[in-house]
Amino acid sequence: MRSTLVSIPTPPADLLVRGAHVVDPRSGLDEPADVLVRRGLVAEIGAPGSVRADEGAEVLDGARRTLTPAFVDPHVHLRTPGQEHKEDLETGTRAAAAGGFCAIVAMPNTDPVLDDAALLRSLREQAQREARVPVGFLPAITRGLAGETLTEMAELRDEGALGFTDDGRPVVSAGILRRALRYQQLCGGVLALHEEDPTLSAGGAMHEGEASARLGVSGIPSLSEATMVARDAALALAEGARVHFQHLSARESVDAVAAAKAAGARVSAEVCPHHLTLTDRAVLDLDTRMKMNPPLRAETDRRALIDGLRDGTIDCVATDHAPHARDEKEVPFEEAPFGTTGLETAFAALHTELVLPGVLPLALLVERMTAGAEVMGLPVPRIAPGEPANLALVDLRARWTVGEHGYESRSDNSCFAGRTLTGRVLLTVAAGAVAYRERAFALSAA
Amino acid sequence: MRHLLSIADLDRDGIERILARAASFAEVSGREIKKVPTLRGRRVINLFYEASTRTRSSFEIAARTLSADVTNVVSSGSSVEKGESLKDTVQTLSAYDPAAIVIRHPHAGAAALVARWTPAAVVNAGDGKHEHPTQALLDVFTLTRRLGSLEGRRIWIVGDVEHSRVARSNILAFAKLGAHVTVCGPPTLIPPGIEALGCDVRFTLDDLRQADVVYALRMQHERMRANYVPSLREYVARYQVNGRRLHPRQILMHPGPVNRGVELSGDVVDSPQAVITAQVEAGVVVRMAVLYELLAGVRAPAPAPTPTPQLA
Repeated sequence: MRSTLVSIPTPPADLLVRGAHVVDPRSGLDEPADVLVRRGLVAEIGAPGSVRADEGAEVLDGARRTLTPAFVDPHVHLRTPGQEHKEDLETGTRAAAAGGFCAIVAMPNTDPVLDDAALLRSLREQAQREARVPVGFLPAITRGLAGETLTEMAELRDEGALGFTDDGRPVVSAGILRRALRYQQLCGGVLALHEEDPTLSAGGAMHEGEASARLGVSGIPSLSEATMVARDAALALAEGARVHFQHLSARESVDAVAAAKAAGARVSAEVCPHHLTLTDRAVLDLDTRMKMNPPLRAETDRRALIDGLRDGTIDCVATDHAPHARDEKEVPFEEAPFGTTGLETAFAALHTELVLPGVLPLALLVERMTAGAEVMGLPVPRIAPGEPANLALVDLRARWTVGEHGYESRSDNSCFAGRTLTGRVLLTVAAGAVAYRERAFALSAA
Repeated sequence: MRHLLSIADLDRDGIERILARAASFAEVSGREIKKVPTLRGRRVINLFYEASTRTRSSFEIAARTLSADVTNVVSSGSSVEKGESLKDTVQTLSAYDPAAIVIRHPHAGAAALVARWTPAAVVNAGDGKHEHPTQALLDVFTLTRRLGSLEGRRIWIVGDVEHSRVARSNILAFAKLGAHVTVCGPPTLIPPGIEALGCDVRFTLDDLRQADVVYALRMQHERMRANYVPSLREYVARYQVNGRRLHPRQILMHPGPVNRGVELSGDVVDSPQAVITAQVEAGVVVRMAVLYELLAGVRAPAPAPTPTPQLA
């Protein structure tokens, strides 16, 4: 099988980050240290001032800054092929790098749908020319995302598929999903599921609750997600299959995942920054940037998601980065497409809303923002000697206004636009190479 | 007041000011020569993305009575059919320098969007299932003429609340004027959470007797097809307001057009308790009052600022 992540081949970095506060719970690090990167690998970690830079290595001042493993996002939409006016491999991976991500996983709801090996091959070749950080792909579970016939999963795996998903849509038929789960025994690869019962959610544009009642907008009930999570957890348990639940939004879904894990099902789950920080109060003025699927729900849901992330019921953070062109979002709420961008704001939004108020410790956030790798069957970024350098250098005190200086993404539909966040990524090292330098930081370092 | 987008934006004083103005226009309507020169030389554009007879003609008559020049733009046969976006249509029409744009649109929030894209005053003539504020104002006007104050009055709104912008605006308006509002209909047509607007919920007409006012909503046939109710027959049996259920002291209202034999029986439509034609009549003077409030003495209002997202 081919290596599953691809990006532009880049010369490996030689650098020394001096004196940053290093936070990597997997390596037991939460202290100031020097970190030396040699030929793209972490070569040495030592007390501040103790590590000597190699000849020709770049030396970065880490004082008052924090160094973490770079993040992994198991759920992004790069819109390529077919919708490059929203995003392409270059702009999407630039956004990822700017957000501190060293690996992202792209969804298959493109045009055409990523559902055959020839298309996957060409897309991976394109990523080798355009992707600034390593990208993995999840092709479709069913052809055309139509929910009717399975894709050639084994051939797709041979071509480098990380796993499979019909994201954007549920696999409505339990029978089809069961076939896919059984076929997984042949080909492997996680099955990532967008959980939504369309007979409960049809026509809905926001969470079914007080806001939808007030606004006269059809609702998407929490039940439409939770019932499908419960159904598919039961299927996964019965088949011994490996299943990942995407973008949980409802309290009842967290309960269903907890029950499935307790029963021994091989399930994992992700949650998005917007579901952890916003509620359906944000849709009351019908701002289309607040329209996502699953929708922003009630405060009780938000709290349950935070609790689930803290106690490990939810394994990781995923952005569901979903870029849309401005004119597509400049329409009445019900007509607007679902989705918000998220790569460039994920860490800062969660740091601002959850870490600074003391809801989650920084180390836990770092752990959950990197655990997407494990979920996708990829090596988890760690700061440890001999490991590939996947690093995010962040200034936890820097305040910035989202969108003030534009975005790396081609699209500007950020649900955090206009908000002032605290915490800024200054430098991202992905797979041993420098993928991003924040502009002011690049100047000050020069 | 710069735009009229929703009842939610109005306070009690604002509603009462419009009602008082409408009362003064009601006097004009009684005269032989009905026009007043207030808006002479000003343009009003009716931009209708949904079929409408009474609301559009009512706005048109109201604007003409104020001597404004009225242009009707309807979605069929227009650039909308050629795929032009709402924003582009509004910016094009704004180039004609209208004093006001009256918009009806099948989706919630459309009027508020239009208000961001035009310097004209914007009147919401119905946005999806969200609001229909001038309907609520004309209903309140009609009722206050019959009852005086609404303070403490019991008003029942009966039928398909889920799909009704009239219900949403009227709950808000009635409640703001001190009435006690109850919505009643099959559980499948009462949206969960509607109590937040300030009303009670009932699923049967058993206690309809306690109402001072019965406001029946239009029941559309497609609701049967979508299984909101099992059959028209069962709906009629449980929720039709008819001579047996309506008490002689109660006032009966309906936003029109009525499905006779469905939400209302023919006899109650024709009964003296029904104020349905008075509602239509009130529509003109109330819309005159709204246009007057928005336009008289104001030249070109600036566009509303773009809202910024709120923290949770």
